[in-house]
Amino acid sequence: MFANHLQSNLSSGEVEKVPTRNGYGEGLLEAGKRDERVVALCCDLTESTRTEQFAKEFPERFIQVGIAEQNMASVGSGMAAMGKIPFIASYAMFSPGRNWEQIRTTIAYNNSNVKIIGAHAGVSVGPDGATHQAIEDMAIMRVVPNMIVIAAADVHEARKATLAAAKHEGPVYLRFGRSATPVVTTPDSPFEIGKAQRMYSRDESLENKVGIVVTGSLLYNALMAAEELQKQGIGTSVLHMPTIKPLDTVALEKFAEEHGALVTVEEHQIAGGLAGAVSEYLSEVRPTKIARIGVHDSFGESGEPDELITHFGMDVDSIVKAGKKLIK
Amino acid sequence: MQYLTSEEARSLELKANDIRQSIIEMLTEAGSGHTAGPLGMADVFTLLYFGILKHDPKNPDWEERDRVVLSNGHICPLLYATLAHAGYFEVEELLTLRKLGSRLQGHPHRGALPGIETSSGPLGSGLSQAVGMALAERIDNPYSSKFFYCLTGDGELNEGQIWEALMLAGKENLSNLIMIVDRNGIQIDGYTKDIMPLEPLTEKFESFNFDVQEVDGHSMRALNDAIGKAQAVYSQPSVIIAHTIASKGVDVFERDFRWHGNPPGKGPEDRVPKGEQAKVALEKLRTLAGTIEAQDS
Repeated sequence: MFANHLQSNLSSGEVEKVPTRNGYGEGLLEAGKRDERVVALCCDLTESTRTEQFAKEFPERFIQVGIAEQNMASVGSGMAAMGKIPFIASYAMFSPGRNWEQIRTTIAYNNSNVKIIGAHAGVSVGPDGATHQAIEDMAIMRVVPNMIVIAAADVHEARKATLAAAKHEGPVYLRFGRSATPVVTTPDSPFEIGKAQRMYSRDESLENKVGIVVTGSLLYNALMAAEELQKQGIGTSVLHMPTIKPLDTVALEKFAEEHGALVTVEEHQIAGGLAGAVSEYLSEVRPTKIARIGVHDSFGESGEPDELITHFGMDVDSIVKAGKKLIK
Repeated sequence: MQYLTSEEARSLELKANDIRQSIIEMLTEAGSGHTAGPLGMADVFTLLYFGILKHDPKNPDWEERDRVVLSNGHICPLLYATLAHAGYFEVEELLTLRKLGSRLQGHPHRGALPGIETSSGPLGSGLSQAVGMALAERIDNPYSSKFFYCLTGDGELNEGQIWEALMLAGKENLSNLIMIVDRNGIQIDGYTKDIMPLEPLTEKFESFNFDVQEVDGHSMRALNDAIGKAQAVYSQPSVIIAHTIASKGVDVFERDFRWHGNPPGKGPEDRVPKGEQAKVALEKLRTLAGTIEAQDS
């Protein structure tokens, strides 16, 4: 069953859909009102990264850097050195895609209080195609020391993650999507950096069981897959891990112990992201059979977001099949 | 400084000579590191830390200090030696350069050592950070008297990020930003004119809305005047192109790009055998120190 803090209409098939980046826009504005040290930087993508509202409200605290992501990362580092809390925003393909070294050396190695916003992450960017679909961003951020990595599931979580990042002292990478994403959580759902949440609990009367570990925009698909698996007689739970670094290892180990076999679900390469983090940890402490849902070492391509999610095997059916296969 | 008397200039030149000797000693002890850039920029650093900067070695985090961003981090033996001679830490610690556990990392790490404003080494990112600092200061205090100095190499200007930062600084009219370019004409693979020609450099900077001065990077008075003028520019950022001689002070190493990335003991042997390089360099510097006189009186 669904966790009680989630939207009540999840089974209805008529969930509201809102882009997660909208939550960033709201959260950034709110963070800016709460703390005057918050500044925003953007690379000519002010509207689409939703930096716009902040820029209008606080023009003196907004820096339009132009199309120059490497410069933006290090300008952010310099501003943080003077006590600011910079949010630097672009598409994930360009930041952290293009400016990885600047992020690593001038932000992470300096332990600068900079928040890196990777918008338009994942294949659900859609028609723009592979050049604009960042499916490697969590991997390249996760291997950088000092870096926190968060993939928000929906608009409410995006807002909370933005506010939490503003309060956290140190570098944070926040990943958002372009397309409208099902609203699963509510303003009251808990969010804490580094904490996983049980979003769906299995029917304990069922003998067969499987656990789904999910991050980011595919939470809704994971929940729908859990419902379907339960209908088919497999007790299924969903552990949502918006923070993939630091990994909530306590919750993960407990979840693995309880379910025995896991499916990981992420809109990212299956290498280096959530699946990587989960497998690396569990292989040391509790070797667990894992099926990985995500992009399997290929580039994205043009198409409508939902088509692409299905094409790359991240839809509800694919998760259900992966779960069933683990039981056999 | 408003004006350098000849005695003050002499005293700074002697200090720069001390710092150069420390550089030779620490690089020799480390057995790796860069020689040409640190020796070449020793006069600029000495003038900054002993004549120009608002700073307090006993209170390195003093909020009102001027900021120095070393973008070409590989010349850090010079930064470390200057900080030690200025009193940020003991001179003896210089000999730990590049050793395991040392605060003197092979390239600077912010937080490891007092006086290091940023980690650097990968080229081209320092100017962006200085721009960020200058922007942040202007938000907090438009009438601030802090200056943000960014030191870069000339080979480093090959990096695209430099030009991104120049565009932003020019757009924002950051008059509190003073960039100083070590124009020694060499980089690892050879002479800058062969690897990637930079000229006409002055015109390039001017076209990015910078006030540009070209100056002899070994003349304390010329440098002092140039920095004073740069501070007085009120409507745009400044750049000082400091024409320097690579490995300045050790004539048998000077102007040779092969000294860019080698320490004494591992440099080119056609003029001084490896085993003699450190000794010869120190002798040359000590002899030179004996000839430094007040220029007039």
